[in-house]
Amino acid sequence: MAAIKQTFFQECEEQLAELETGLLAIESGETDEDTVNAVFRAVHSIKGGAGAFGLEDLVRFAHTFETTLDLVRSGQIQPDAGLIKLMLRSSDTLADLVRYSRDGGDKDDARVSQLHDELTRAADPNAVAAETKPAKKQPKNAARVPQPEPEPVEEPETSPEDDFVPITISFDDLLGGGGGETQDDGQQVYKIWFKPKPELYAKANDAIKLLREISALGDADIACDISEVPLLGELDPEGAYLSWNIRLATTEPEAKIREVFEFVEFDCDLTVEAEPTPDPDFEFVPEPIVPVDQRADEAGEGPLIPDAVLAKIAEIASAEPAKAMTAANSQAQPAQAAAQTTIRVDLDRVDRLIDLVGELVINQSMLTQRVTEAGIARLSDVAVGLDDLEQLTREIQDSVMAIRAQPVRPIFQRMSRVVREVADMTGKSVRLVTEGENCEVDKTVIERLADPLTHMIRNAIDHGLEKPEERVKAGKPEQGVVRMSAAHRSGRVIIEVSDDGAGINRARVKEIAIKKGVIEAGVQLSDGEIDDLIFAPGFSTASTVSDVSGRGVGMDVVKRSIQALGGRISISSKPGKGTVFTLSLPLTLAVLDGMVVTVAGQTLVVPLTAIVETLQPKASDVHGLGERAKVIAIRGSFIPLIDVGNKLGYREEEADPINSVAIMVESENRAQSALMVDGIIGQQQVVIKSLETNYGQVFGVAAATILGDGRVAVILDVDAIVAGNRSDTAKADVANRKRNAA
Amino acid sequence: MMHVKEHDVSKASELIAFRLGGQEFCVDIMSVRDIRGWTQTTPLPHSPEYVKGVINLRGSVLPVIDLAARLGFRSTEPTARHVIIVTQVGSQSVGLLVDAVSDILTINAETIQPTPDVASELARAFMKGVLAIEGRMISLIGLDSVLQSTRESSGTLN
Repeated sequence: MAAIKQTFFQECEEQLAELETGLLAIESGETDEDTVNAVFRAVHSIKGGAGAFGLEDLVRFAHTFETTLDLVRSGQIQPDAGLIKLMLRSSDTLADLVRYSRDGGDKDDARVSQLHDELTRAADPNAVAAETKPAKKQPKNAARVPQPEPEPVEEPETSPEDDFVPITISFDDLLGGGGGETQDDGQQVYKIWFKPKPELYAKANDAIKLLREISALGDADIACDISEVPLLGELDPEGAYLSWNIRLATTEPEAKIREVFEFVEFDCDLTVEAEPTPDPDFEFVPEPIVPVDQRADEAGEGPLIPDAVLAKIAEIASAEPAKAMTAANSQAQPAQAAAQTTIRVDLDRVDRLIDLVGELVINQSMLTQRVTEAGIARLSDVAVGLDDLEQLTREIQDSVMAIRAQPVRPIFQRMSRVVREVADMTGKSVRLVTEGENCEVDKTVIERLADPLTHMIRNAIDHGLEKPEERVKAGKPEQGVVRMSAAHRSGRVIIEVSDDGAGINRARVKEIAIKKGVIEAGVQLSDGEIDDLIFAPGFSTASTVSDVSGRGVGMDVVKRSIQALGGRISISSKPGKGTVFTLSLPLTLAVLDGMVVTVAGQTLVVPLTAIVETLQPKASDVHGLGERAKVIAIRGSFIPLIDVGNKLGYREEEADPINSVAIMVESENRAQSALMVDGIIGQQQVVIKSLETNYGQVFGVAAATILGDGRVAVILDVDAIVAGNRSDTAKADVANRKRNAA
Repeated sequence: MMHVKEHDVSKASELIAFRLGGQEFCVDIMSVRDIRGWTQTTPLPHSPEYVKGVINLRGSVLPVIDLAARLGFRSTEPTARHVIIVTQVGSQSVGLLVDAVSDILTINAETIQPTPDVASELARAFMKGVLAIEGRMISLIGLDSVLQSTRESSGTLN
């Protein structure tokens, strides 16, 4: 049960995403039927599933929400801006309730009941609804779990009169008068026989929805075959006795018809046959006909069979058994059809596979190296075979990495909620524009992006965008725009968060930086340098990563989180035009682009993201500073030189800078340092291996990797080494001062 | 971790015996995953002297401990004839550098005698007892304590 429940919550997440996408589409003006249906279906599915697990709060709220959506769907109320906003807030609350049901914790009952009331009010059937849908039905349903009710889900596409009221309709009437279309305009006539099995109902599907879906495809004549219905005494309440003969004239292909039944194909008997020409011999059963649309009302006549039997049939046909695992979801949509081709796999299994493929790649390159060492000719069969193997392993690696890759869409969607909330809080009107949601990134990268992005969005609205009146004064539209985009660029993902606000107030930033002691008063800084100050530690007060999603947290934390992902963040701002934050992130955390270097006889890997440039120090550029420290002069500024070999304890004596290669690295706060290594072997993509699994954290080492020769090499933790250097120097200073004082 | 060991010790169990600096030691065979010849290790920065470094064991990074140095003997100068016993306790794997593997023993828990008081404090911390077999004395190494202290000492370096 727990596993099923977990699946339900996973599906809820998907439905919630769907819901939000749909609502946002409606907000932007796409009020077509498909979108509205998708929104309705999402809420309905959540409700159905929640009912099966007895999550009453969720069911109750989802039901109210659904009722309102239903009215929108049937065109009885128009989705104006206010209603869409209400629905968006409802979807947030629905998401909260789902999370609450899953994780427990606090829930905002006040908010729920307030929205509940608002939704009920919005759904007040004061107009058309009043006569077709008894108003009392909504509060009644809303007040309790609607499960045992035979048909809790009303789907009045055209009329809410869904109850089975069989009526006789003359054949001519239906064909001639009903649809108003003939088979002339390229229509094909299909003969469909559809007999649901009990399982269909047991899975909370409903025949009438399928029939309605069919009738939406074209001109449908639907006849219910009740010949198999036994006498009441023998009737199994959970059995299925009805079948339907449908004659459908449509321009849609047969596949479209089958698509309708896609979700129930194993739970029903179904035949779909195309009639070559309009066939007058078609055995149309002139028996009670299930009304599918308004024609039924017009042609309505008295029932032909006793009411008691009819009531039973209606119950059977629309029973929604309590054991339903997932919600009724009978309308096949292309998107959902695609979803069927996916499987859920435990992430551990994928990671195991990725690990193994990583090993395969290493092994393959070892093999290649050995073969070369053995002096086998380049064109020999062995070498050629190895080349093929190499290509294959690369392809396998790429494909496996792609398994972990996920579109950034969910996280972008989550941001739209942040935008709404912050906009409400600050009283600003904000529109979020997203681009490139389909851009794929490693799952872990996506997960760990949520906090930094949330904070950046908050910042953009809170500090970036001006107040509406200021915007109008500046000649901008009152509504501010926050733009998020994702794109792949040369093996990395670039995510931009921009606003069209006032840009960074450099004078103020500088003032704060001086006040907080980040910079000395009177320092001359370029515009770019001032902008960068907002990433400086200490520029804002809080400093822990867990606080990122809170307020008033520094951009330095954001920057650190991004760097921890192997990414970089940069800022550019134009006064009056707005600010752009650009994140550059690796596609995956499993591999890393590194520079392979040698230090004191050891091979090390320096992450390429940290490296700015490499150079050969000239004697004239190296200066001693104090007792131990050395600096190197590069383009007029003095940058501390750090001997990696000495720092890592590989050698006692500091290396001679003149015989070393200096790797300029950038660490926190954009501070540059020069790492001295003995030589550079080359650049290479390496598979990251954990040291912590079997050993533990090591100072100055971020992780390990295995190089082509099968040896383990450690990956440098540049930040730690630079920070360690600083604290070493500081310690030496303190020691010196003590000595001097004594 | 402890459960496995204690369970095994209480009944008849198999041990792998090895030589180290002229003495004999043994570990529970259930913890041994692999025995391989010495390969050059990659030293880890700032590691204690008894940590020889890490090697690539079929794609994962395996730390190698010089057991002699760990027990307070003179540290080993490894040659091609030295052996790494790959052991696993819980989810942690560690390679133990020893001189040579000598024997596989089947013993009963009763055969294990308490470690004599004369052993050094350091050695006693890692020994669970001694065995008298055919006139030889074999010390039983408690792997969990060896691995545990490895973790701790690497942790304190941060």
